[in-house]
Amino acid sequence: MDTFTPLPATIGGLLIGLSAAMLWLGNGRIAGISGIFGQLLPPARTVAWRLVFLVALVAGTFAAASLFPALGNRPASLVGAPAWFAPGTAIWVGLSGILTGFGTKIGNGCTSGHGVCGLARLSKRSFVAVGVFFVVAILTVTLTGIV
Amino acid sequence: MTRPLSFPYLALSAVAGLTFGAGLYISGMVNPLKVLRFLDFTAIPSGGWDPSLAFVMVPAVVVMFIAVRIGRRREKPLFASRFHEPEFTRIDAPLVLGSAIFGIGWGMSGICPGPAISLLAFWPQDLLIYLLALFVGSYGGSVIIPSGRDKRLAVAH
Repeated sequence: MDTFTPLPATIGGLLIGLSAAMLWLGNGRIAGISGIFGQLLPPARTVAWRLVFLVALVAGTFAAASLFPALGNRPASLVGAPAWFAPGTAIWVGLSGILTGFGTKIGNGCTSGHGVCGLARLSKRSFVAVGVFFVVAILTVTLTGIV
Repeated sequence: MTRPLSFPYLALSAVAGLTFGAGLYISGMVNPLKVLRFLDFTAIPSGGWDPSLAFVMVPAVVVMFIAVRIGRRREKPLFASRFHEPEFTRIDAPLVLGSAIFGIGWGMSGICPGPAISLLAFWPQDLLIYLLALFVGSYGGSVIIPSGRDKRLAVAH
């Protein structure tokens, strides 16, 4: 299952938008996962809802995978490091995680916070952030030859 | 007065989390390879490019856009005292630099924070390394810019 899948993509996108809409209109919170995750760290004041949301996120993925296994979206593994990177996949994946954690922290958001919520709020900062991280990610994929 | 521990507040957090997680699986965005196949623009000429990610983003943004419009007509959300909308609007160096650094991390693996968490449902090899690193990187960011959010919010006023 590695081809273009417009219908499941659209349905999944609607669900993600619905989730962000619920969290906003119900609790007044932005569904930005890097923020929800990053503020589990001290000095975190409102840890309870963040933990509940993240545990439910995992459960929702698990439930959907159990209900719709035919979609074939369950990855067997993470993508391995490119062949030229001698230290191997574990180190490569760790570097990717550190850069993502650091970048989303100082940039105040990721694909969900800036991408979904920020664009919907017509935030200038989010338009800049989304433009920058998409272009850099596309360049990174091209230059590393990971695919 | 916010009631972050009230039952409706936490129940809604749970329902929103479940919905988000289901959306990540159904859309295929939980699969890092599928994300990378969107980011791989070199595959466009050969016809091997996968535009699915754009078909996820657009409806998600449209639904949230409507919710934001509805919210603007309301004084406060249903279960909380206010909308936690970022008020800082300046395009500054941490925003651009941070987003660029995130772009490198994302392009290296096809994993961003949402799918990273939801992948716990499948427990693939090396995911824990990624999550630990995500935590360390995030903490590093908060050390370098201590309570940056609050300070910059203050500047905005």
